[in-house]
Amino acid sequence: MSLLVLWGVSVLIFAIARVIPGNPARVALGPNATQDQVDALAAALYLDRNILVQYAFWLRDLMRGDLGRSLYTNRPVTQDIAEFLPATLELIFLAAMLMIVAGLPLGILAARFRGRWPDHVIRVFSLLTVSAPSFVWAVALMLAFAYFLPIFPIAGRLSEAYSIPRVTGFLTIDTLLAGNLHAFANALRHMVLPAVALSLSGIGQAARLTRANMIETYEKPYIEMSQAYGFPEGRIARTYAFRPSLIPSLTIIGLDIAALLGNAFLVEAVFGWPGLSRYGVQVILRKDLNAIVGTVLVIAALFLIVNIIVDILTVLLNPRIRLGEARP
Amino acid sequence: MSALLDIADLRLSFRLWSGTVEVLHGISLSIAKGERVALVGESGSGKSVTARIVLGLIQELKGATVSGRIRFDGQDLGRLSPRARHALRGTEMSMIFQDPTSSLNPVFPILRQFREVLARRTPRISEAEARARATEALREVAIHEADRVLASYPFQLSGGMNQRVMIAMALANRPKLLIADEPGTALDVTVQAQTLDLMRKLVADHGTAVLFISHNLGVVREFADRTYVIYRGRIVEQGPTAAVFADPRHAYTRALLAAQPRLTGGALPEIAERDPAFENPMEVHP
Repeated sequence: MSLLVLWGVSVLIFAIARVIPGNPARVALGPNATQDQVDALAAALYLDRNILVQYAFWLRDLMRGDLGRSLYTNRPVTQDIAEFLPATLELIFLAAMLMIVAGLPLGILAARFRGRWPDHVIRVFSLLTVSAPSFVWAVALMLAFAYFLPIFPIAGRLSEAYSIPRVTGFLTIDTLLAGNLHAFANALRHMVLPAVALSLSGIGQAARLTRANMIETYEKPYIEMSQAYGFPEGRIARTYAFRPSLIPSLTIIGLDIAALLGNAFLVEAVFGWPGLSRYGVQVILRKDLNAIVGTVLVIAALFLIVNIIVDILTVLLNPRIRLGEARP
Repeated sequence: MSALLDIADLRLSFRLWSGTVEVLHGISLSIAKGERVALVGESGSGKSVTARIVLGLIQELKGATVSGRIRFDGQDLGRLSPRARHALRGTEMSMIFQDPTSSLNPVFPILRQFREVLARRTPRISEAEARARATEALREVAIHEADRVLASYPFQLSGGMNQRVMIAMALANRPKLLIADEPGTALDVTVQAQTLDLMRKLVADHGTAVLFISHNLGVVREFADRTYVIYRGRIVEQGPTAAVFADPRHAYTRALLAAQPRLTGGALPEIAERDPAFENPMEVHP
């Protein structure tokens, strides 16, 4: 099923990339190249052939694990992706964690103290974070915590003072593998601002969603039962009201996490983060066909993986699905 | 004999945008230790909020004003600190709800919920001890396959089974007062009758007093020692159940009794929404 979706994405993006006006060979070679040179490159890329033939060639290469060469970096696209993907994954992973560890508790708190000041504060915060796009937060955070109060580094992934051998491409892992705790802390400090900027609207969204679903749950007879039996209010909020409300929230939170991939490119651009999203934008601007298709395919695959994880979690959290419906 | 629960001149009003609305207009009611008392009335008459005031749930709502005196087991509930009030819930008083299946949390197994109830009396109760005590409590309500039931989620059990679980939970901490708010109304009639029988036997064994809230006169007649009839936030008639049913004196009680379906058939009379006679002063049977 997921593979089918991926195949569909590949067809779509393949077609779209070729429908965009402009000759990729001309863009790649620049204005000074002769028409013969352009035609030769176009022929080498099979651009003179029917689009179906092009797709067939591309699919054949894909089976061999080859996504073609990038016209921009002049390297295999797979190599580019391998270089840029870990940086983005690292960022998105941290942002997703922030969304969960900050967003859900804020939602619980707002629902527990509904109509009182913690609720008001959290609602204003959520509204602010949801309504401003992440690159606005990126710029604002950068000004506040890297420029005026230089607590965090302004851009990049790691200070140049450190040289860490590349093993996985995940700097947090590579620095630990190298046994260099200072470098690890430095890499982490570089991640804080971009990850916070990326996750802020997700945090607000998760808090709003959790609050809304929990307020609905608070109306349920089983919550009145737990109050009538004097279960501690904190436990009711964190456990007995939160767990049933999490099930409907989860799908949307999963989608929000997947959407971080799309939002990442502006944040990566602001913080000079050498990630896949930034690479994707550059190759689109240069009409680098193979790189565009390859990047979109990887992002689509990540989307699918997030969704599969959400589906699994939903089943685990909902005993009705896990154990099968015993009675209607 | 001193009463376990003694409510005097209880008033409840809610502050709304449009002004203040009084819902209870001075209710007085008492329950002796081990006594089963019914509070009968139609929907919206104030019987459920009365129960929730006794538990202290309404007082925590914004905009609700409660006045009057409630004495429970020698203490004035109105003077207790919120913490002390909270300590009574689930220990000295407990409650059974209309629909057992939706009153149990759908995403936790029964044992987990049972343990939380037992922890009200025995903080930090171990899982093994909770299991043992829950098994014992379930045996009282004639559930012998306790292991299976404790491992189940509410949706895996029948409504009648969940009702027994609720009764077992309600009595597990040996409360002095059990509030039953339309218990089992959501169940079918035979199951409701069985579980009520069970409940009556158990509260008699344990000497638990019951405030039984219902609109079902047939059930009340079977269950309660004394009956209070409530109409629009006022008690209109009270007395021993047999006396109230044999000789209903208040116009509203008569109308309510006449509205019961009978085996012999015949059309049911309409109860008027309001009737000047319903506002007559309270009738008290000795």
